[in-house]
Amino acid sequence: MDIATPIPAFGPLAPDLQLDAQGRLRHLLTIEGLSRALLMELLDTAASFAGVNEKAVKKVPLLRGKTVLNLFFEASTRTRTTFELAAKRLSADVLNINIGTSSAVKGESLLDTLRNLEAMQVDMFVVRHAESGAAHFIARHVAPHVSVLNAGDGRHAHPTQALLDVFTIRRHKPDFSSLCVAIVGDILHSRVARSQIHALNILGTGEVRVVAPRSLLPASVECLGVRVFEDIRQGLKDADVIITLRLQRERMDSGLLPSEQEFYQHWGLSAERLALAKPDCMVMHPGPVNRGVEIDSCVADGPQSVILEQVTNGIAVRMAVMSLIMGSMAGGEA
Amino acid sequence: MKTLISNAHLFDPAQGLDRPGAVAIMDDTLVAVGEVPADFHAERHLDAQGALLLPGLIDLCARLREPGQEYKATLVSETRAAAASGITTVVCPPDTDPAVDSPAHIELITRRAQYGSGVRVKVLGALTAGLDGRQLAEMAALKQAGALGVSQALRPISSPVLLRRAMEYAASHDLTVFLHPLDASLAGSGCVHEGPVGTRMGLPGIPQAAETAALGVILALAEQTGARVHLCRLSTARATAMIARAKDDGLRITADVCAHQLFLTQHDVADFNSLCHVIPPLRTEQDREGLRRALAEGVIDAICSDHQPHEADAKLAPFPSTQPGISALETLLPLSLKLVSEGVLSLAEVITRLTRAPANILRLPLGQLQVGQAADLCLLNPHTAYCPQPENWHSQGLNTPFFGQRFAGVVTYTMVAGQLIHSIDARPI
Repeated sequence: MDIATPIPAFGPLAPDLQLDAQGRLRHLLTIEGLSRALLMELLDTAASFAGVNEKAVKKVPLLRGKTVLNLFFEASTRTRTTFELAAKRLSADVLNINIGTSSAVKGESLLDTLRNLEAMQVDMFVVRHAESGAAHFIARHVAPHVSVLNAGDGRHAHPTQALLDVFTIRRHKPDFSSLCVAIVGDILHSRVARSQIHALNILGTGEVRVVAPRSLLPASVECLGVRVFEDIRQGLKDADVIITLRLQRERMDSGLLPSEQEFYQHWGLSAERLALAKPDCMVMHPGPVNRGVEIDSCVADGPQSVILEQVTNGIAVRMAVMSLIMGSMAGGEA
Repeated sequence: MKTLISNAHLFDPAQGLDRPGAVAIMDDTLVAVGEVPADFHAERHLDAQGALLLPGLIDLCARLREPGQEYKATLVSETRAAAASGITTVVCPPDTDPAVDSPAHIELITRRAQYGSGVRVKVLGALTAGLDGRQLAEMAALKQAGALGVSQALRPISSPVLLRRAMEYAASHDLTVFLHPLDASLAGSGCVHEGPVGTRMGLPGIPQAAETAALGVILALAEQTGARVHLCRLSTARATAMIARAKDDGLRITADVCAHQLFLTQHDVADFNSLCHVIPPLRTEQDREGLRRALAEGVIDAICSDHQPHEADAKLAPFPSTQPGISALETLLPLSLKLVSEGVLSLAEVITRLTRAPANILRLPLGQLQVGQAADLCLLNPHTAYCPQPENWHSQGLNTPFFGQRFAGVVTYTMVAGQLIHSIDARPI
């Protein structure tokens, strides 16, 4: 018996969670999928806020009357502090909740925690969580008036870090199409690297490289739009920007590397290796830095390093993201 | 009681049936298939109205959640879902809470099943005590209590030597060993296929080697011990090639795949869709094609549901914290029929892999329209549209990615041992 009946293919893809119907930023969950125009708008807005941060009175009233909640399920100093400063400089009220490790939330599901906080009439959640997809999950379930800003979820994304990195690069080297950027270190576990790769590719960067031993590279990483180098000498050759990533001590225990010393010898950024890159190559690091593991102190503190400038720029970039999201939420011409 | 089902289109590849006809049932047994003797005076007469009369489906893996997880589902709710889907026999894996490692647990499930819809509930016993992977379970006692085989479900086994001993011991009791080829240490904390989608989402991956490495050990030990092994829930094309070779070498092995692995891929978990969080994970298009080809070639013997009903909260968390599994009894037949409309298998091949093949794996005298066999039947209107929705869903678990999709094929009657356990008034088109 013939039962061939045409049946439509499986359902449509979910609409982009982080944009509203007009294509404006509703949440910021990941860099992936954002348009170049939106990234440029964010960077331009950040540039205008950078001026505010240099004034004696560092405050603008854009978020007056709004409440921003820093919801950190994972420890952070730099990111949480710069988010707090950014919100305060926009005149928002800021609450910090450090939920810490999962033991603190035992007995209460993430959704219950959210519902309780939502009931406090918060306008924006800034969320850091150890699990990939946590910010998406929260964005999918928050009340319509709440925006979610991802401050790092598992290995997935850290969009504001990537934005501040490309912002820093653009201040020194505005033409991305001519740049070669090498990201060195633990790509496998790095949400920062994933977001940087997306941001750099959206901005049309000439070449994005990742440099790491195979045990620290995710499967099929080239699909993200990078060239893979296992040899650091080749990977750094003629680079315009080098981004080193933090190597966490746990990696040695899980058998991904033999020792910090061996990693430093083969993939650490020393002055000698930096010399392989272009003479004006910028050295970046999202922090916190493990001196003598992924980067030599003399390079981290050297004239080519912009590591502290990255931290400063983090405030302006986070102000830009918050103001753009609040602008779209207000329904205005953001 | 004498029952007559007339005006049916009898369809059973095992019996070479594909023609209009009738069946006669005396109490629980088929007494005539095709032509019914004129002197058969039925007390009950069902008009099939031209629909397909199939042997009842046999599902090699359905978690009914009893005992221990009644908040997810119960034997009552899930056997009702099975009956509504044309499934007349379900096999429960032993990973309940506590695990099915003693005759008392089997008795409990069997007794509880009496309050169900009437679907036959069969169990696999635990391979190791408490499924702890360290000490053998009392397999002989489990067999005596009714276990159709032994299984470690998805729990790891401490070492290849223990697996070897377990296979030898099971063989001594003529028990089939049901094994999931998944190396626990290679799988690690993975929750998706290790590949581009998992990399993009930053989710820890389960490499294909977690399946092929475990399968290599199982095949080597099957050859060494001569045990009869059934391989559960394949997910990679490479594994099917290894099984094809092992079958050619004469190993006593069989294999199954669950229906959703034949349709979904790693791309369906993009956007962190926890409804598509399953173990083994959804893999690549090439794997899906390899599984379909292996099914068509008979390398994979059977299709099962791998039914795993969950409460809503189990899927409401960041992706890695959600519990894997799909509530799948009610999409087993619709998805399988879609293989026919997509030209992967003939209807005869699909029905074989849902009836006679699993019956052979379980060594049960079921799964055929044969005089003398139990009257376990399913009446199917293959062209009637079916769109699963929470409103027409029977399982307590609403965790399916298939809500709202359109399928063809509605089961109008399900019968177990001559008892009508499901019927709806839907006219064939």
